[in-house]
Amino acid sequence: MTQQFYVSPEQLMKDRADFARKGIARGRSVVVISCRDGIALVAENPSPSLHKIGEIYDKIAFAAVGKYNEFESLRQAGVRYADVRGYSYDRGDVTARGLASVYAQSLGAVFTAEQKPFEVELAVTEVGERQEADHLYRLTFDGSIADEQAFIVMGGQAEKVSEAVAAGWRSELDFAGAIRLALAGLVADKEDAQLPASAVEVAVLDRGSETSRGTRRAFRRLDDADVTALLGEEN
Amino acid sequence: MQESSANQLAADATSSFTEHLRRSRPELLPYTALPAAAPGAHGAPGAGPLQAPHATTIVAMTYAGGVLMAGDRRATMGNVIASRHIEKVFPADQYSVLGIAGTAGIALDITRLFQVELEHYEKIEGTQLSLDGKANRLGAMIRSNLPMAMQGLAVVPLFAGFDRAAGIGRLFSYDVTGGRYEEQEHHAVGSGSMFARGALKKLWHPNLSEAEAVQVAVEALYDAADDDSATGGPDPVRQLWPVVYTVSRTGAFRVAEPVLAAAAGTVIESRAAAQREA
Repeated sequence: MTQQFYVSPEQLMKDRADFARKGIARGRSVVVISCRDGIALVAENPSPSLHKIGEIYDKIAFAAVGKYNEFESLRQAGVRYADVRGYSYDRGDVTARGLASVYAQSLGAVFTAEQKPFEVELAVTEVGERQEADHLYRLTFDGSIADEQAFIVMGGQAEKVSEAVAAGWRSELDFAGAIRLALAGLVADKEDAQLPASAVEVAVLDRGSETSRGTRRAFRRLDDADVTALLGEEN
Repeated sequence: MQESSANQLAADATSSFTEHLRRSRPELLPYTALPAAAPGAHGAPGAGPLQAPHATTIVAMTYAGGVLMAGDRRATMGNVIASRHIEKVFPADQYSVLGIAGTAGIALDITRLFQVELEHYEKIEGTQLSLDGKANRLGAMIRSNLPMAMQGLAVVPLFAGFDRAAGIGRLFSYDVTGGRYEEQEHHAVGSGSMFARGALKKLWHPNLSEAEAVQVAVEALYDAADDDSATGGPDPVRQLWPVVYTVSRTGAFRVAEPVLAAAAGTVIESRAAAQREA
């Protein structure tokens, strides 16, 4: 009869964490930046249809790095959670904090109980009426949750990208400035000086969607032409 | 074993909010069947029909470049006016609108469910449902309400949207069993619908401009209110005008109050000037 080797809980957790970290670092980075106009979400993603950034609710967006099937199922669960909540209470009662804590619990449960942890890192962001009311939550594979300020960089060579974004971040950036900064950050770990618009996925949470577009849904995906036009504006 | 779990996954993957609710939170659906002996069940001994507010007349018509829907502002409960302010035409999503007639409480909930249904699909799938797809979903919801309709709590919607693939505005009417019928040119539902439809037959003509279509809608509702006590006419005292939405290639928009006030003013003036009975 085979007997299992004893593995200390510390070692077990460490092995799982290392496994998840390796998986996440293999991918490409995602940058989320809070700015004057709202929140800009930029991902290096050559596919135009397999998104890393998604709309969750009126003011809430989702960004992820790691394994597509894992974060896609989390995204769909998030949309269901938000829609059920908004339908049974009121649209105003759906908050990023509530969603982030649900994500934290499910990531934490998977990390300890399942065969393998999720190899994902998530950002849940909510745009407020003023910039100080913006919420940026970072969720890691083990279910830990961090309330970030100004910006989040996840996946790939996150430290290098993060340094570049931190150096250029100012609170009065508009969307064009924030997206330019994110793109500059994303090439920090590469030789190329610039990413083409087709290699990135860009979406924004518009702070003034009610006045500018007449909708409470702040999320807007920018296609390649929009990105090129936006970046060309004040160059 | 593996095959069955793959089947399970495929069966669980749904882009429909209604289906998700039915599985996980059925009590939230608007058409949870009433207990058999609930008041309002026709034939229940000693119980009169349940008194609940009723929404009344909705008109819709196509015009050059889109489709328009308008509803009056009255809800009635028997002989009493339950509300003078109710709104019965709603944007369903960016390119479609729906109007409701029938039991107001259930109709408002079905509207809310339908709005979430469309938005949910869009978020999960990353693309909008086709106009026919939306119309079919609404039909399925109305059919689910059939047990309630049998107890006297019917909901009859009118659905209109811009078909972006075909580049035209289209209109759909429904019966209580969820039957979906595509209407040409114009249509009306609710208690004042036959008077409104009579007016539309005379006032509507092909290639109306948007402004003309608004005028026609307001006048058709005026005629409905003239002959149907459950339909509210324009109310200059309280400054209440019909709710009108237009849907075109650029999306669904609510027509502004001053425009409607002017349109209602024109109808009232022309009728007063004519000095005739009707």
